[in-house]
Amino acid sequence: MLDRFRFVPIRLLQSIPVVIGVTIVVFFMVHLLPGNPALTILGQTATPERVAALNTQLGLDKPLWDQYFIFVGRLLHGDLGDSLTYQRPVFDLVFQAVPITLSLLAFALVLSLVISVPLAALAATAPGRLRDLLVRVFTLIGQGMPQFWVGIMLILLLAVKARAFPVGGYGQTAAEHPYYLFLPALTLAIAMSPTTIRSLRASTINVLGADYVGTARSKGASGISLFRGHVLRNAAIPTVSIIGVNLGYLVGGSLVIEKVFAIPGLGSLMINAIFSRDFPTIQAVALFVALFVIVVGILTDVVYTLIDPRVDLSSRERA
Amino acid sequence: MPGATAQTAARRASHVPVQPGVPLLSVQDLTIGIRGSAGRSVAIVEGVSFDVAPGQRMGIVGESGSGKSLTLRAIAGLLPKPVEVLSGRVEYGGADLLTMPAKKRRTLMGPEIAMIFQEPMTALNPVVRVGDQIAEGPRRHLGMSAKEAGELAVSMMARTGIPDPRRRARAYPHELSGGLRQRIMIAMAVSCGPRLLLCDEPTTALDVTVQLQVLRLLERLCSDTGTSLVFVTHDLAVINQTCSELAVMYAGHIVESGRVAEVFRQPRHPYTRGLLESAPDFDRPDRELIPIPGFPPNVADRPAGCPFAPRCGYVRDHCTEAMPPLAEVAPGRLSACYESDRLTEVLA
Repeated sequence: MLDRFRFVPIRLLQSIPVVIGVTIVVFFMVHLLPGNPALTILGQTATPERVAALNTQLGLDKPLWDQYFIFVGRLLHGDLGDSLTYQRPVFDLVFQAVPITLSLLAFALVLSLVISVPLAALAATAPGRLRDLLVRVFTLIGQGMPQFWVGIMLILLLAVKARAFPVGGYGQTAAEHPYYLFLPALTLAIAMSPTTIRSLRASTINVLGADYVGTARSKGASGISLFRGHVLRNAAIPTVSIIGVNLGYLVGGSLVIEKVFAIPGLGSLMINAIFSRDFPTIQAVALFVALFVIVVGILTDVVYTLIDPRVDLSSRERA
Repeated sequence: MPGATAQTAARRASHVPVQPGVPLLSVQDLTIGIRGSAGRSVAIVEGVSFDVAPGQRMGIVGESGSGKSLTLRAIAGLLPKPVEVLSGRVEYGGADLLTMPAKKRRTLMGPEIAMIFQEPMTALNPVVRVGDQIAEGPRRHLGMSAKEAGELAVSMMARTGIPDPRRRARAYPHELSGGLRQRIMIAMAVSCGPRLLLCDEPTTALDVTVQLQVLRLLERLCSDTGTSLVFVTHDLAVINQTCSELAVMYAGHIVESGRVAEVFRQPRHPYTRGLLESAPDFDRPDRELIPIPGFPPNVADRPAGCPFAPRCGYVRDHCTEAMPPLAEVAPGRLSACYESDRLTEVLA
């Protein structure tokens, strides 16, 4: 059993070159941005001498390669540098923002499953009939709406009009967080559900026609017990990888949604950093997002291996 | 032995009393097909009737598309959409399964009627341990706890001749060979002590040597417990090894039925005779094989009259006018052929 999970450490080792590549891309992309952080910090009225002095102080006058190696050298010591805007270690800023973004993503994932599984089941058990059509229309509309627009509509409807949820923010206490995160999580869930529903609907239709479902019926299984015992786990197998890929994209979506809902997560940190040309912060957030995507990829394969006993990624790694 | 307790429990939980002299299963004028709009339905199986007495073993033989598997699936209530029963009755212990509420019918599936499928690879759920798949029925129908049902599963696996059953119960289907998987299917089917076992070509996907072992196992289990058997296959040799009664199906109709030994000795329908003459006999390897010319008709445009007429060597004019009825040609022997009197030759 454990043998099948031997691919995890191997995959972690394999991701090292990916991370190195990410640092290079992130570093040079940031420096390709027009604009000068010193100018942003000092304001439009700064004299060229003061700008040059600050550039020297920040190490921005050195050649790019030197700056890159200084960046990597510090990174290896766990030092991401200080934020140019906040004058605080970037690590602290990211460390504060990560749990907020992660809980938003986790909440969104749960909500999207709560939406997707019943809808996919409803559609798959009556393909071509009215409820299937309704679900398919829902997925089309869901795919067609831009995330930020859904977010704004939800704010207008549920927060401003119905006053059921807060307009934005993250709340003060642990009990408040889920309440504040509900609308943004729902926005992300609505964005994520259509692909999940489509994939799950198709695989459920397939599984319902499988011989072993006939076997289960011949043992007297039906309805929910049939669905839970024999259909869902098999139908979920192809969907798991799609959810994994989507989670990666969702990080990008959450950046915008955090801005819409004024949530102090990685997204807000990133967008503010971009506007103020806060290089160290942009680098740190991008690096963290890259690591997140890598970890989600490995976790996807772990889940895949857990639900399908036939999957043996470890033997493929060996070959 | 836990298996025995399971069966007594199943008997107690029985919903259908069986009176002596009444057939356990009685299929009456069963027509299966696809319902079209404005009564334009297409029948794939037409007017099939047969009885199975308690403990009797009945074989249904026919080529692909003859409707034998659909007949079996109709009994189990597992017809694939959009195929459905158009008319007729399927009585189990005197109660019509087709008009029974679906919920009541499901309570029979397992403790009264069980089914074994053709492909042991695809008929087992790939993500559930085989022991748990066997235990599912007893848990649902016999009210066993997970632990009791697990123990029953292991003892059932031992009974079907699976070596090291306790370890194998924790295996997934893909970890087992085809023969073992089919034994798992059998263990699953008999786990609730059914009185009627429906087998849909259970040995077709297996090697010939494994095939024989599985047939012997089925035969032993059925005679041990007095279980009735309906066995669908295209393989005449398999029928000969397992069944006492035989029905031959062609193009959705039963064309001949009777005791296996008698039908084999003296077929009274040209199609049965064609089947026997075209199948190799290992006892007489030098006998010439005579193929049946032509192909079975398409169900959508079946010719008027006898469906076998275009391929038949005994055909006369009246054969193409009306479908010959299934009539008794000898005691316990039915044939749907106008010319059955001309078929008196005894095949050695």
